[in-house]
Amino acid sequence: MKYDELKVIAKSMRKNILTMIYKAKSGHPGGSLSAVEIMTYLYFKEMNIDSPTDESRDRFVLSKGHGAPVLYAVLMEKGFIKKELIPTLRQVGSKLQGHPDMKKLPESGVEASTGSLGQGLSIANGMALAFKLDKKPNRVFALLGDGEINEGMIWEAAMLASHYKLDNLTAILDHNGLQIDGKNEDVMTIEPIDKKFEAFGWHVIKAEGNDFGSLEKAFKERKTVKGKPAIIIAETIKGKGCSFMENEAGWHGKAPNDDEFCKAMEEIGDIGDKIKGGGLHG
Amino acid sequence: MAKATREAYGEALKKLAVTNPDIVVLDADLSGSTKTAEFKKVSPERFFNVGIAEQNLIGTAAGLSLAGKIPFASSFAMFAAGRAFEIVRNTVAYPALNVKIAATHAGLTVGEDGGSHQAIEDISLMRSIPNMTVINPADSREAEQAVLRAAEYVGPVYIRLGRMAVEDVYDDSYVFELGKGVLLREGKDVTIIATGLMVQEALKAYDILKEDGINASVINIHTIKPIDREIIISAAKETKAIVTAEEHSIIGGLGSAVLEVLSDEYPVPLKRVGVLDTFGESGKPKDLLEKYKLTADEIVYNAKEVIKLKK
Repeated sequence: MKYDELKVIAKSMRKNILTMIYKAKSGHPGGSLSAVEIMTYLYFKEMNIDSPTDESRDRFVLSKGHGAPVLYAVLMEKGFIKKELIPTLRQVGSKLQGHPDMKKLPESGVEASTGSLGQGLSIANGMALAFKLDKKPNRVFALLGDGEINEGMIWEAAMLASHYKLDNLTAILDHNGLQIDGKNEDVMTIEPIDKKFEAFGWHVIKAEGNDFGSLEKAFKERKTVKGKPAIIIAETIKGKGCSFMENEAGWHGKAPNDDEFCKAMEEIGDIGDKIKGGGLHG
Repeated sequence: MAKATREAYGEALKKLAVTNPDIVVLDADLSGSTKTAEFKKVSPERFFNVGIAEQNLIGTAAGLSLAGKIPFASSFAMFAAGRAFEIVRNTVAYPALNVKIAATHAGLTVGEDGGSHQAIEDISLMRSIPNMTVINPADSREAEQAVLRAAEYVGPVYIRLGRMAVEDVYDDSYVFELGKGVLLREGKDVTIIATGLMVQEALKAYDILKEDGINASVINIHTIKPIDREIIISAAKETKAIVTAEEHSIIGGLGSAVLEVLSDEYPVPLKRVGVLDTFGESGKPKDLLEKYKLTADEIVYNAKEVIKLKK
């Protein structure tokens, strides 16, 4: 798939993310929008995932579970979740829980229930261990938030992944620089992230997380590294694609009002041509 | 023969290593004590030590189960149920994953390590979580069967195991049934409902009471959740007075679970024998059981008191 096609998918996802959160009148736009290109690239270029139930599929764990809308959005583009569910996010009885609940979305591509931060990397480790044990080729990907790596459990998991040489595991850090209370460095210093993961035995790759070309280079490099887990530290813009949300910590967990929603949708613009088989306007 | 329930756990794991290729075992640097090392001896490739990291222990087990394995994750009860509580709650029980948490060194009989290591809240914590099954075996035979049964059952299970050797309650003919209480003695004056190592104390109490002319029923509740409501209500109707006994805080454990059932359906006077809202301390297990009144004598005393309250 060409970058132009990926960009169309990303636009559609951004609109769906904003619509979900606008209708719900709550949710986390900032950290959903920052990860749109990462998720698009994973699901349409990198992962082996044509069906949400095929045993041979690669697995994805959204460790930063508050980014649920971006996961739902990409699974909608894959055709695993129906787009009719968009207005139901966070409503009573909805399959689209505020944080991903795999029980409510069986066989839909939600591989783990997450939301309480710091736990997804351990889940991904367990999956990767199982595939290694069975000598299966499945790969496992986990998306972490940068604020999330404040959690001690992340570092327990970081140790384990390297101890067990999980080269079928790739973590991607959505490094948008902001967490609820403000900038990472003001809340809790996480730098130097690269040196920390290197010291824990990981292969570290840096990328521009809102740029498909840079992501492609990073994932290609990942494939060349054997015998250890890898993390792609993806520099992203929180709220990407929506000028007034970009780089604003205040948009971590706030829904747009009517005017803001209209402005955001206008900025993202027309989605463009349908993609063959993509179910874009489904 | 006196044997610790954790020993039985190790033996059951050894059997499972041979009979079920999907079983994997995880430990957090306590495999010699929890007896998961027995599994490692037979199936080292399916054993994962996660180091001293109990949160990651449970999270990794969750991931293994999502990829089709049946993980048994072990540590001391204090850490498996206590430190890792929120991971058990959100990552295992919320999606009802097929993870077995076998927690050893529960209760005061950890002994010399002292109050910091004596989990007396774990039953309370685990049974409050939706989707969770909670088992507290009375002796080594029951423990072995409970572990084998947990491996077959699909869903999260917490199995509470002890460090100290306990006398046999059962012989080889015993068949463990998940979710079913066991009527061990039948009497008309009072019912003693016990769990774990307090079942043997309940049986001793039965003998003492008999000498005093009091006929007690004795019930073993090995599955604290889902609890056997039927056997509890039937005992309440039969004897109209109940004593519960557990090596656990009187807050939130077996006593509370039985009270909940009775309060809903058939209230009768009830006395709870357990740890009285206090922490433990260092000491020999037997001395601690004496000091904290987890004894047959204490059950006898409470049985006589509760009989006085009968209408």
